[in-house]
Amino acid sequence: MKKFSINSLCSLALLISAYAALQVPGAQAARSAAQQVLPMYRFESFTTANGLPDNHVFAVLVDGERIWAGTENGLALYENHAWKTYTTADGLAHRAVLSLALDKRTGDLWAGTMGGLSRVSGGRIDSFTQLNSGLSNDVVYGVSVDGDDVWVATAAGGCKLNTRTGQWALYNERNTPMTEIWTYGVSATPTKVYYAVWGSGVLEYDQKTGRWDKYDDPDGENEIVLFKDQGLIHEIVTSVSYVDNILWAATYFGDSRYDGRYWHNFLTKDSGLPSNFTNYIKGVDGTRAWFCTDKGLAYYDGVNWAVYRNSLTGGKPEMTVRDAAGKVTHVAVSSAPSHNYVLGIDFQGADIWVATAKGLSHGIRQQPQGHQKQ
Amino acid sequence: MRSCVPIRAVFCAAIAGVALLVLALSVNHTVHADGDSSEDYASPLEVLLSPDDTRLYVLCQQSEEVRVLDASSFAAIKTIAVGRVPRGFSLSPDGARIFVANSWDDTLSVIDTRTLKLTATWPVGAEPSSVVEDRAGKRLFVANRISNDVAVLDAQTGIEEKRLIAGRGASYLTLSPDGSRIYATHIYPNLPRVRTDLDNRAAPESEITVIDATRAVVVDRIPLHQIAGAFHIAFSTDGRLGAVAEYHPKNLVPLAHLEHGGAFAYTLTLFGADVGKPVEIPLDELERYASQPFGVAIAPDKSRIYVSCGGSEMVTVIDVPRLLRFVRTHTGPFAQDLSASENYVVARINVGQNPRGLTLSKDGRRLFVANRLDDTISVIDTRINRVASTIKLDGPKTVSPLRHGEQTFYTARYSFQGQIGCSSCHIDSTFDGLTWDLEPDGFGRDIVDNKLLEGVKDTEPYKWNGGNPNIPTECGPRTEKYFWRSEQYDNLTLADLTLYVRGLEPRPNRWRLPGREMTPAQERGKAIFERAVDKFKKPIDESNRCSYCHSGPKGTNQKLFDVGTRKATDNSGMLKAPPLTGIALTAPYLHDGSAHSMEEIWTVFNPDDKHGRTNDLSKDELNDLIEYLRTR
Repeated sequence: MKKFSINSLCSLALLISAYAALQVPGAQAARSAAQQVLPMYRFESFTTANGLPDNHVFAVLVDGERIWAGTENGLALYENHAWKTYTTADGLAHRAVLSLALDKRTGDLWAGTMGGLSRVSGGRIDSFTQLNSGLSNDVVYGVSVDGDDVWVATAAGGCKLNTRTGQWALYNERNTPMTEIWTYGVSATPTKVYYAVWGSGVLEYDQKTGRWDKYDDPDGENEIVLFKDQGLIHEIVTSVSYVDNILWAATYFGDSRYDGRYWHNFLTKDSGLPSNFTNYIKGVDGTRAWFCTDKGLAYYDGVNWAVYRNSLTGGKPEMTVRDAAGKVTHVAVSSAPSHNYVLGIDFQGADIWVATAKGLSHGIRQQPQGHQKQ
Repeated sequence: MRSCVPIRAVFCAAIAGVALLVLALSVNHTVHADGDSSEDYASPLEVLLSPDDTRLYVLCQQSEEVRVLDASSFAAIKTIAVGRVPRGFSLSPDGARIFVANSWDDTLSVIDTRTLKLTATWPVGAEPSSVVEDRAGKRLFVANRISNDVAVLDAQTGIEEKRLIAGRGASYLTLSPDGSRIYATHIYPNLPRVRTDLDNRAAPESEITVIDATRAVVVDRIPLHQIAGAFHIAFSTDGRLGAVAEYHPKNLVPLAHLEHGGAFAYTLTLFGADVGKPVEIPLDELERYASQPFGVAIAPDKSRIYVSCGGSEMVTVIDVPRLLRFVRTHTGPFAQDLSASENYVVARINVGQNPRGLTLSKDGRRLFVANRLDDTISVIDTRINRVASTIKLDGPKTVSPLRHGEQTFYTARYSFQGQIGCSSCHIDSTFDGLTWDLEPDGFGRDIVDNKLLEGVKDTEPYKWNGGNPNIPTECGPRTEKYFWRSEQYDNLTLADLTLYVRGLEPRPNRWRLPGREMTPAQERGKAIFERAVDKFKKPIDESNRCSYCHSGPKGTNQKLFDVGTRKATDNSGMLKAPPLTGIALTAPYLHDGSAHSMEEIWTVFNPDDKHGRTNDLSKDELNDLIEYLRTR
């Protein structure tokens, strides 16, 4: 009850602030400036027609000038303008690569697949499965690296591999508060580790104390939000991203931001989110984040939203901008991600790489052009 | 027919008498009558020259010292104590410091070359075996044999930054001449990356791990096909030619054809701009093998490659121009062509017992060779390819029985054409990570995984089928008949060899906490290991409990069991319960190496719970059991 009161007050304050901002002189100019800073991209796409092993791209990861793509038919590496594909014949645990993580210290790539966890190091692939290692389950939806530890989200709970000792630790209903063990994503940092649990909210591990905590939807399994910003928006959590002490959590029924004290929920009806069905979320920092939904790619800069997709009606590339006042404008663009069903994103300087159900797209940052009001 | 009986009886009695004599001798030799303990030996393993060629640094493994000699007079200057069982050392590029990798206490010793004093001892990874500093003096790279990685340390503080995955049994590091790359080799083959029905019979695969010295990341892995055991690498000063000393085992064919070159090829793999793609060339010749190559040096003018051959007690000298002409004008593979080496090997120089590390003077005229098992350094005049002098290191003047046993273990002189010694398969007195088809069981029958020798004392019978009652039989008649196919040991030699093998102590276990404490996972695993009731409250038959077959301090009750792992090629399913000593190190597992990991023993090869009751365990519990087993 106390939480509800605080959240409600905060929401009210935000609304009042936004309304006040619209009333002051110069607000129009401020909105324009905000729109100007929302990034524009020219998208170049890769499919099987130009080297990708499969059009179904589950995950993408940028390592400097190298781009890794986890596809349904192998792990692809784009380097020096050419694609190379690693398959099970090279030691990959399974052809379907669902998740990717980079150990920035060593340069090793970790790939979660439908048949185990693979490490790509200097061109050599070593695979860990539930039969040959301590991995809890072969279906690896998520992977994240923190120091010597590789954190893994599987269909049978979470795991941690200490690469220095080779020791596996398993996390499931027996030693954590999770009630379902279908973990869908993981985000590990030196302070906290978060698991997205499909049907069991968000699980939090405190690296210092070694204690687990759990965040659930206060509305239980209801698919309606009784009170917005009260807590996690839904139990079916698909992805988590912990950046600058801020947790971003995606569900199939909207998304959430948690600062350790307050929750903020994002729904299509009151934000620029193009769909509540969010496959993947990636925080840029504590304020900004990218949302990979089934109806396009969205960017939130803390105030404004931009959506990049092919028009749901005409199919033409479009970029829409929603400002703090909720006004939506269209920006003239000539390209969009190769498909609206977006599964992953990563950043390459000012550019983005977008994994979709039908191809991988490279968003090349453009200088802003003019925009049209809706 | 009747007349044969007495002859047989006499023969059997004679054999029994010899066996008893051998056993008696082996017992007697546990006391050293001459009073010198093998611990007093220096056992020089590696040598280095100071940048100005005035000092010779000798890494003495057994006395655990770095000895500093005058490189001209060979007079002793200083002896500096280091850590336990040092295995590798190197000079910093500026020559100011010596770094020593102490393999048994997991430390680095740092020595100031000006004061010749130990200035620091830094903790590092598991079984550090080699160390190099980058050209900038910012980072140290340490090869860890047990953790199969290369640790990256701050060169000033010793604080570890990260570890890079290397090959299995990572052991030897070399900085490229331009300082841009570090090359790492490993002594055990990598485990197969793709499982097939026949993968316990797959050819071994190894690699040279190539590390960017500036970024400290792995940038390449040069494959070494069919190699199991890669040692030192040397580069020409122009950086265009690299050479690695290695073993090329022929473990996929029955070990019955030593006389046809059937056990090993000892080779170099050449790589770099001079050869293009890596090319493997043999060191052996038609009737003489270059057994157990270890150290490599390339002359400053790139005229010669020198390779120490530990089992053959010699240094092989290769003419580089002739070698390059050969590989450029011939189409490989050459590895098993015993006629190839006559095209480029120009000398074989006999040196001391078990030659290992070697180093060349700046002008290339003097080659120093550390003879590990007779405490000498051979100084070779490279202009005439002869030993010009032999430096005798301070130490016992006599050869103790234990020392003699170790010499016997490492030499290849007893086998046909000097092909193999015990240490060809038991690298550094351990194992080789390979499966072999030994002859006595029939060709293609009873494929067996090679086992660790540490702690082998008092775990008889030996062999997987328990066919050998004791170590003298294992090391004596069996080895002579089926392996050496040549000279037999005399009784004294066999007794000393037995003494050495019995005395091989397990290395420190890295998974154990100090004292007798265990981690919670290890405690839980121990309870599973010792349990008598399964998770469904059903009693587990005594013979199907882990702790029954793997009882006692060494983890074996020394009896034979059928654990359901018999293959169509096995003559029997009855196998001796193997000791658990060092089990975390010795993949692959099971008698024929079918299981790549400990997990696979139970997740793949125990469908009927014959290898202990395990199918009631959850994945968490199986992980706990394995955590406990790693402490054995």
